Amino acid sequence: MIEYVWLIPLLPLIGFVINGILGRRLGKTLVSLIGCGTIGVSFLISVKILFELLSLPAEHRIIERVVFPWIYSGLFKVNVSFLLDPLSCVMILVVSGVGFFIHVYSIGYMGEDKGFARFFSFMNLFVFFMLTLVLSNNFLLLYLGWEGVGLCSYLLIGFWYEKKSASDAAKKAFIVNRIGDFGFALGIMLIFWTFGTLNYSDVFLQAPSILTLGGGLATAITLLLFAGAVGKSAQIPLYVWLPDAMEGPTPVSALIHAATMVTAGVYMVARCHVLFQLAPFTMGLVAVIGAVTALYTASIGMVQNDIKRVLAYSTISQLGYMFLGCGVGAFASGIFHLMTHAFFKALLFLGAGCVMHALSGELNMQKMGELKNKLPVTFWTMFAAVLAISGIPLFSGFFSKDEILWKAFSQGNLILWIIGLVTAGMTAFYMFRLFFLTFFGKSRVDESIKSHIHESPKIMIVPLMVLAVLSVIGGYIGVPKSLGGGNNFESFLSPVFGEKGEIALHPASTEYLLMALSVVVALLGIFFAYRFYIKSPDLPKSLAQRFSFPYKLLLNKYYVDELYFKIVVNPLLKFATFLWQFFDVKVIDGIANGLANTVNWFAGIGRKVQTGYVRNYALGMVFGVLLILAYFILR
Amino acid sequence: MDLSLIDINWQVITPQIILAVFGFVLLLLEAFLPKDKKGILPHLAWIGIALSFFFSVNLFGSGFSGFNGMALADNFALFFSFIFLISSFLVVLLSISFLKREEQVRGDYYALLLFATLGMMLMASSFDLIVIFLGLEIVSVSLYILSGFRKKDPKSNEASMKFFLMGSFATSFLIFGIALIYGNFGTTNLEKILFLAPFSGVFAGASEFLLYAGIGFLIVGFGFKIASVPFHMWMPDVFEGAPTPIAGFISAGPKAAGFAALLRIFLLAFSSIKPDWTLIFWILAVLSMTTGNLLALWQTNLKRLLAYSSIAHGGYILIAFVSGSNSAISGVLFYLSAYILMNLGAFAVIISMGSKEKEGTDLYKEYAGAGLKNPFLGVFMAIFMLSLAGFPPTAGFFAKFYIFSSAIKSGYLGLVIIAVINSLISVYYYLRVIVYMFMRPSAEEVKPVSIPFSLGLVILLTGIGILALGILPQELLNLAYNSIF
Repeated sequence: MIEYVWLIPLLPLIGFVINGILGRRLGKTLVSLIGCGTIGVSFLISVKILFELLSLPAEHRIIERVVFPWIYSGLFKVNVSFLLDPLSCVMILVVSGVGFFIHVYSIGYMGEDKGFARFFSFMNLFVFFMLTLVLSNNFLLLYLGWEGVGLCSYLLIGFWYEKKSASDAAKKAFIVNRIGDFGFALGIMLIFWTFGTLNYSDVFLQAPSILTLGGGLATAITLLLFAGAVGKSAQIPLYVWLPDAMEGPTPVSALIHAATMVTAGVYMVARCHVLFQLAPFTMGLVAVIGAVTALYTASIGMVQNDIKRVLAYSTISQLGYMFLGCGVGAFASGIFHLMTHAFFKALLFLGAGCVMHALSGELNMQKMGELKNKLPVTFWTMFAAVLAISGIPLFSGFFSKDEILWKAFSQGNLILWIIGLVTAGMTAFYMFRLFFLTFFGKSRVDESIKSHIHESPKIMIVPLMVLAVLSVIGGYIGVPKSLGGGNNFESFLSPVFGEKGEIALHPASTEYLLMALSVVVALLGIFFAYRFYIKSPDLPKSLAQRFSFPYKLLLNKYYVDELYFKIVVNPLLKFATFLWQFFDVKVIDGIANGLANTVNWFAGIGRKVQTGYVRNYALGMVFGVLLILAYFILR
Repeated sequence: MDLSLIDINWQVITPQIILAVFGFVLLLLEAFLPKDKKGILPHLAWIGIALSFFFSVNLFGSGFSGFNGMALADNFALFFSFIFLISSFLVVLLSISFLKREEQVRGDYYALLLFATLGMMLMASSFDLIVIFLGLEIVSVSLYILSGFRKKDPKSNEASMKFFLMGSFATSFLIFGIALIYGNFGTTNLEKILFLAPFSGVFAGASEFLLYAGIGFLIVGFGFKIASVPFHMWMPDVFEGAPTPIAGFISAGPKAAGFAALLRIFLLAFSSIKPDWTLIFWILAVLSMTTGNLLALWQTNLKRLLAYSSIAHGGYILIAFVSGSNSAISGVLFYLSAYILMNLGAFAVIISMGSKEKEGTDLYKEYAGAGLKNPFLGVFMAIFMLSLAGFPPTAGFFAKFYIFSSAIKSGYLGLVIIAVINSLISVYYYLRVIVYMFMRPSAEEVKPVSIPFSLGLVILLTGIGILALGILPQELLNLAYNSIF
């Protein structure tokens, strides 16, 4: 099957083409069969490939396959070729697996939408680009996938383009991403300029000899690459697009937040770890930005009332964790958290989708409550996800999050560790806040909707159950050694990231202590959520009144959107207007029109020769003959 | 002459024989088939073309020759055979619904198409000037008739007549040129001329000037075929009057055949005296590009516009003759492959948009708002126009890129600058079509047109081909590079 790795991205592309062209004529059954089937088969192939990789000895698990030569121009040679190694294997499994369940869920969720076929074709395209991104063995193909997911996010966030807020959100996502992509593109060009190639293996092989540790070039390259990651993975200061991306249909949010798009940045940083490790400054920046983003967005998430918005800020916060992991050199832990996060975040979004489905699209958590018995499956599956993301022991999030915190601590980054720990507490708080507000307490649902609250159809619920199982057990492949596990995940990835001997700076007892501490913090968060939202539901309001300034600050997301508008968007608009009205209209158009008039004048003369008379045509030919003969004579 | 020494090798000309046989069968059937059964004729035609294509593919890489070098099956010839056969195949598909619309479903039409294709293959697959001439005449005569196929339309008659008069005029130069060259070298075989050319004028009675006059006349004769300025004037009139699929055909196959012959004659046989004729091609290239593009600006009729655009594209291709390197030749092969796709695609859209009553007008003003009502046609027309203008990621971009870059490598920067300015001008009139289709409100209610299957197929195939070549040009370029003589 490894020979057929190219099928994995190709199948969703075929799905996109078929559904995109014929979608409207095929009928919903066929469209959903093609849409889900293509990705389902991709997933099966990925699973098969995983087992084949596992059957190989660890040092042979890096395989490159050239599919066909792409662009050969002088020194610039790029193939369409795929790199299959443990890292990309994990990624294709996550993307195609989680993507598949989200697709299945969408059959039910989008069932009534008139853009059904369009939706599925875009979703397939999204997955295609993401699979290309993670499977590429060179930076150009990576960039193609990178831009492709950007395009698809634009198409899908603005899926209901009649809604102004949706098309605005789509534009915002695209533009903010472009800022990061600009840096990313420069980074790739700098790589080509430095190494003369864009192939991962060549670049990474030469990197230690060409770049000096901590040198300016290494720092510049990695900073530029990281700029792309900041945009795509929604970190400070380019995170603003992700909360607005909620305007798209809920499965799109699930896809963007869990399987595709935002994980691309983390993947890219992990993939380029050789370069990043040569630039300690960038690594430090990655860790700091990750940690600060985690804390900062978690604080916003604590007071939001829109259920999907809370989840969006939690995604940004969790991505911060992943970058924190990468920044302290624990790339495998970052990827591990990426995977577990994909499971429970997809589940949370799909669960939120079920809640919305039941409540006729209601998003405000203040208008929910007491749904526990009415939506039992949603309730239980989301419970698993909430426990997982809060880092409760035995659930997947616990292992991966703790791994990152432990790595941060053992690297000696005490401050980063404290930030991570506090964030963990806040995460537990806002996730249980969401959970309690939605499923417990008195029902605050509008009377008109109350009567027909119903559980979603099977096609939406089954994916929830599968993801719930994964959210619970997904962490067991990476149980740390100190807890009696073998940390299989990290050793599986070791051909990519290299074997790192445990640094025995700290005794195992420290690790236990830290673990216990983070569990306590998480429980504390849950306790507060319980206290505020179940025990005495009036408490939050009085608190909000008493601390009205910080509350408002958080509720309005630190006014960052407004700030960006003031200092970036408005001046830019003014400058653009100036350019348009003076430079473009007067100078450029003047030159262009002048040139066009000149050209037209010449053309007018030339036109007169074409009279339509054969005798004139023949004369023209004779003229040509004479000129040629004259040339030969006079030469 | 000892006849046994002639190496007759039938295998070499199987593709041509197939076309001839199918052509005659079509003629016979036209005479004997009842009227209601004539629907099968076009299918017979494309089957013949497909068979011929199959045999050409089989010959690829063999390098066979036969009939004492008069017939060749080298990769160069076969690459051009592919171009001809694909374009004829597409034209047959274009013609099916067109002839139905005109109520002119006739076998002789398809027979002539096949004969013209056969002629083009002869032009590309011979070392002998006489055979090349023979091929050219087969093409020309078929096309004279085909352009006048709409017998009741005065415009079609005019096109046919003008084409015939100008064509005969040009042919006279060609045959005179061949005669002069024969007089000089005592042979019409290009391979022999290749060895003799450096010693021109050393034979008794031969004069250097007569050789150059011969070369000049050859340029005139083929210059007419490829419609290079100043031998181009027939083209707009013929395009406007001829049945639309035939206009598309003329812009694709015969043009490519002219270039095939020119490539063999000038970049092979006369390559040793290249400095003597380079300047002429330089001037022809500049004249063709500039005149074609400037005059295209004024056109209101889409077919005339495409005629001038075709002249301009001929100019870009002539740049390769100036640079003359191997990469330039493979660039020409790539360019022609891309060009037949985008041009025939554009013609397919024009046919879809036309109707029997409106036949022959094709004003682009009639396309106002049509892109929104017919998104399929609109999107693909946009692809064809962008490709003709040379935008990435379409085939047209790489076509220009390869030829221009080879010219820069050979040191003709000035020529490339002129070409780039020219393609800048061309953007204006290509984009205007897109602007009209999508951004102008239509004067009257534009109805969605129903697209017959065969037309839709052509549009889809050419559009996908253009994008595929624009995204993944390497495979075809490698093939072209392996097809240099």
